[in-house]
Amino acid sequence: MGDWAGYLVLILEGAWVTVRLTVMGCALALVVAFVAGLGRIAPWAPVRWLATAYIEFFRGTSIFVQLFWIYFVLPMTGVSLGAMEAGVLALGLNVGAYGAEVVRGAILAVPNDQREATVALNMTGWQRLRHVILPQALPLMLPTFGNNAIELLKATAVVSLISLADMTFQGQIVRSQTGNTIVPFLTILVLYFLMSLAIAGAIGWLERRVTRGLDGVR
Amino acid sequence: MDNPIIRIHDLKKSFGPLTVIDGLSFDVQRGEKLALIGPSGSGKTTILRMLMTLETISGGRIEVCGEPLYQMRRNGAEVPADEAHLHKMRRHIGMVFQHFNLFPHKSVLDNITLAPILTQGAKRAEAEKQARELLEMVGLADKAGSMPSQLSGGQKQRVAIARALALKPEIMLFDEVTSALDPELVEEVLEVMKRLADETDMTMLLVTHEMGFAREFADRVLFFDKGRICEQGTPEQIFTNPAQDRTRTFLRKIIAAGHRV
Repeated sequence: MGDWAGYLVLILEGAWVTVRLTVMGCALALVVAFVAGLGRIAPWAPVRWLATAYIEFFRGTSIFVQLFWIYFVLPMTGVSLGAMEAGVLALGLNVGAYGAEVVRGAILAVPNDQREATVALNMTGWQRLRHVILPQALPLMLPTFGNNAIELLKATAVVSLISLADMTFQGQIVRSQTGNTIVPFLTILVLYFLMSLAIAGAIGWLERRVTRGLDGVR
Repeated sequence: MDNPIIRIHDLKKSFGPLTVIDGLSFDVQRGEKLALIGPSGSGKTTILRMLMTLETISGGRIEVCGEPLYQMRRNGAEVPADEAHLHKMRRHIGMVFQHFNLFPHKSVLDNITLAPILTQGAKRAEAEKQARELLEMVGLADKAGSMPSQLSGGQKQRVAIARALALKPEIMLFDEVTSALDPELVEEVLEVMKRLADETDMTMLLVTHEMGFAREFADRVLFFDKGRICEQGTPEQIFTNPAQDRTRTFLRKIIAAGHRV
């Protein structure tokens, strides 16, 4: 039974990889979501086309294929990425495409009254966005961002396919070495669930923070 | 009287096939208080919105302070205005909306100081001092720290007036500013506006259904119908002795609806 401690360490090492993938993937997804989401409503048509093309492409193809392209095909063009970098890039770009639509939707959901007030107060386009529109759009984005982050966490398992030793990969290793399926898979099930609870908790805390003072408005 | 602050010439506006403003021309003198009245759909709000650049024009010309609003000169030729030109021109004009449009995520004080700090480079301390003076003027000195959601409609609208005044515009546009208020809150807003009209030399354009107030407030009343000025004159002429049938019909309907004249 002493072996189980060693196997648990293996799984925890994998869990750490999963956490890093999730955190870095979410960070990239967030940046990409804002860039592409704002791009879709930019006043310049070429920017809108570019953002739309990105979003449709990454929503419309599977993350599995995207990861294989980034990890196996990209090196043929001379761009070689480590497994971790490839994983973060695939996760960030994939989930960022969904996030971009969330950003766009939330910005468009801010009442037009507010935009008109900023015009009457002679703010510039950037000032309008920064001081009036985004602070009101952010509370609308957060619940869906929470969903996206949990989706991203679960999608990290796909990197085991490029031999990155994440939690799922390590679970498989333990299973093949011990012949026991229930213990490793139950362990990673519980760990995934705890991680997603942590994400939900963090988003809930953020929601309470950014909606402070907005009570009674919506 | 030959140097109007606003000059509107042959102005046209249509929304798709619907013509809202049809070849409208009038001038507004500096310091003049103007009331725009007329049935809904007669285009009076659209005129204010075009002056505030919230709506594009379909034809004609608006000049503000001697400069065209929607055209600018480039290399000696007149071309459509770009955002920089509109930005420059908007400094002359402020607007108060029917639905207040306060920023719900900012305190009363921040609502007022935001634009002066961002668009006029005011120091925060100066901007706050000015905001407190304006709140004093609209009778809300004790509400500086409140959030808009904690205010009544009348209080919100008085904050909105203070916010527009903070940029010191030469022209103020009031678009049905009491229409969204409960009847008992109308008076407190009208009082503030009356005081502004009496105590400042700001040019003020008012779209309203409060005929009693228009009469007290305005130097001149324009009665609009179907995107044109049907009749204009002093409040005395328009309200007690209208020349046009349409003006009479409109006023009769307004009185029947319970508004004071």
